[in-house]
Amino acid sequence: MDIVDLARFQFAMTTVFHFFFVPFSIGTAFVVAILETFYVRTKNEAYKKLAKFWGNIFLLSFAVGVVTGLIQEFQFGMNWSDYSRFMGDIFGAPLALEALLSFFIESTFIGLWMFTWDRVKKGTHLFFMWMVCFGTLTSALWILAANSFMQHPVGYAIKGGRAEMVDFFALLKNPQLWFEYGHVILAALTMGGVVLAGLTAFQMLKKDTTKEAKGLYKKSMRLGLWMAMIFSVGTILVGDFQMKYLVTEQPMKFAATEAIYETTGDPAPWTAVGIADTKNHTVKYKVDIPVLLSLLSYNKPSGSVKGMDEINAEMKEKYGTTIDGTKMDYIPPVNTLFWSFRVMAGFGAWIILVSFVGLLMTRKKKETLYKRRWMLWALALTTFVPFIANTAGWFITEFGRYPWTVYGLFTIQQSVSPNVSVTSLLISNIVYFTLFTTLAIVMIGLVKRQLQNDPTQMQGHGYADKILDPFDKGAF
Amino acid sequence: MSFLQILWFILIGVLFAGFFFLDGFDFGVGMATRSLAHNEDERSQIIETIGPVWDGNEVWLITAGGAMFASFPYWYATLFSGYYLILLMILFGLIIRGVSFEFRTASDPKKQHIWSSALALGSLIVPFFLGVMFVSMIQGMPIDANGNMSAGFFDYFNVMSVVGGVALVLLTYLHGLNYIALKTLGDIRERARNYAAFLYWILYAGLVVFAVLLFFQTDFFQVRPLGTLITVALIVCFAVLGHIATFKGNEMLAFISSGLTMVSLVAMIFVGMFPRVMISSISDKYDLLIQNASSTSYTLTVMTIATICLLPFVLAYTIWSYWIFRKRIALPVVHTAEVVK
Repeated sequence: MDIVDLARFQFAMTTVFHFFFVPFSIGTAFVVAILETFYVRTKNEAYKKLAKFWGNIFLLSFAVGVVTGLIQEFQFGMNWSDYSRFMGDIFGAPLALEALLSFFIESTFIGLWMFTWDRVKKGTHLFFMWMVCFGTLTSALWILAANSFMQHPVGYAIKGGRAEMVDFFALLKNPQLWFEYGHVILAALTMGGVVLAGLTAFQMLKKDTTKEAKGLYKKSMRLGLWMAMIFSVGTILVGDFQMKYLVTEQPMKFAATEAIYETTGDPAPWTAVGIADTKNHTVKYKVDIPVLLSLLSYNKPSGSVKGMDEINAEMKEKYGTTIDGTKMDYIPPVNTLFWSFRVMAGFGAWIILVSFVGLLMTRKKKETLYKRRWMLWALALTTFVPFIANTAGWFITEFGRYPWTVYGLFTIQQSVSPNVSVTSLLISNIVYFTLFTTLAIVMIGLVKRQLQNDPTQMQGHGYADKILDPFDKGAF
Repeated sequence: MSFLQILWFILIGVLFAGFFFLDGFDFGVGMATRSLAHNEDERSQIIETIGPVWDGNEVWLITAGGAMFASFPYWYATLFSGYYLILLMILFGLIIRGVSFEFRTASDPKKQHIWSSALALGSLIVPFFLGVMFVSMIQGMPIDANGNMSAGFFDYFNVMSVVGGVALVLLTYLHGLNYIALKTLGDIRERARNYAAFLYWILYAGLVVFAVLLFFQTDFFQVRPLGTLITVALIVCFAVLGHIATFKGNEMLAFISSGLTMVSLVAMIFVGMFPRVMISSISDKYDLLIQNASSTSYTLTVMTIATICLLPFVLAYTIWSYWIFRKRIALPVVHTAEVVK
């Protein structure tokens, strides 16, 4: 094992774990804000109880999201110091802005929201929650602006061995950013809906759930299903635009996602399944659907798609067969991309299907859903689906950038910290792995504990109400 | 060196100073959960004093890191890769502290003590290793011509850096005690004041040792004699002022003084470093300077404009939040007899 492998493994591990909680928090923050808005508008106490109930789950996820995010900020300097030197002039600014604009808002208003139930005006309290939502939504924008530059560099000049920013707004106008942002945010909101509906299904399956509680859960179920359906359709639509954009902007990533070695005929068939033989550049056991790839790529039943072999030759011509003495091959890990895409898209379609069926089965007149345990189980198990789909999506984006950290400008080999030893990297990998395993176990345990609470008896956040009152007697 | 480069050097200092002033007392309160509070009720009481604000305070560190990345990428790269295992410990501390608040609230009351301990341990680890990092940094580290640091154990851990780490732990602990005295009612308020009044004596001893080591182990008194003297004097003055205020029962003044002691400490480091950002012990040719470690003036301009637009709002809602949570926290059995001034 060398430092590059270890640093890459660490990046993958920390980002994947972090990104379990990011969309979870964005999605559930939105759920809670909606529920509290219903409460303020209708004055129906049921929505207040639900906002508190799901709010507790959101707070758990947010806590883990924050601490795993710390690692992200530190590891660019720790593991990728040469990358930081090369990219700092561009990459640092969105990161600093994310902290200044979004993190301060999120963390301050979440504190306010948690501890001021019934202590400030209803509208003010609701405002706190929407500020948290605003914080989560803008924070994603800044970090994706940084990521989009790595995928598709814009508004820069190479000077003195580093990339220098020449146009800040080009960073924000990067088309890559808006496809990514749309896709990620809609996926996060989908996750909010799926988790809400899924955990509600678990609650409905429990034998000891009271009738009053069930009444509340039915409201969460409808909201969750609606969110899941609308936002997952949106996610897939934006994802489709994004893929069409890839055809021209990152043809190598696109070709690898579809496992095309040889440039296709015209019209191009779509390979539904298959296993790439990365040595001989062929695809085994493949099932082709004629014309579909042309449709997916160009919205018309004609047009061929360039294969990896041809693109690889072009890239070798453009960037050279060696960079800094390392022999270059520009083909990314094909099977990972190919299968990640199918997992992501398949699960996306699954979410649309179950939420649609769920909505049909919860219509006002005939609420058949709650009598059909198989359907409740289907929904309950779907809770875990967005976590896998999100990870698969990032696999495509990040592995598909191989062998670059900054597309066409800087390679992974060049990025790593030259002065960090294998031992240090091993230690940090072990520490993170142990921490994440522990956090995951505790987190699951605590969410299960939260779910044992009766939503009709919600008292709000922890000891704040039960024991102590920040607005108690006495003052400065 | 341009105006913007100097401005950002100062701003990084301001962000770290803000971090120590604000999150400093969170660490102190965190440590106090295991050392000052006698039972889980008291722990809940003091944790509640920081519950709504600690997360925002931590963002000062995140912003400092992000701003360093954006304005001095070469500094960020050298510091973060050079202090690899130290930063790993700091992250570990921040992580267990960060989750402990929410996990403690959500967990079985019987298991709450686990998270109280995690909070205390995390709150101890972070200031200690930050102290070790900054104090070894000002002594100079083995940095080569490419700005890469390859240091050994005794570069990180020597007498002075360990004294620095302990001093920072003590300072944050005192700051936390002053905060607890300011924000609580009941027994614990008295206890916090008594602890603080005693611990200041140990701090003085630590500060004397630190000042002597500063003279022998760093070049601060040669490079910036006046600035170093003034900032060291400020550290001592604020420590004494805090001590007197503790005796007199002026909790607000005591709290502000202990905060300003740490601000002065950060000021001392930044004054002594100027115009360097990293000192090389191999050769002063390899020192990282403000001039050659920074981003382009274009990026610095963008960052300056953004900061001018955003920082006032950040300060405004942060102050608003502290105002909303301005009252003291009592135990469930309220000490109604206590006279509040």
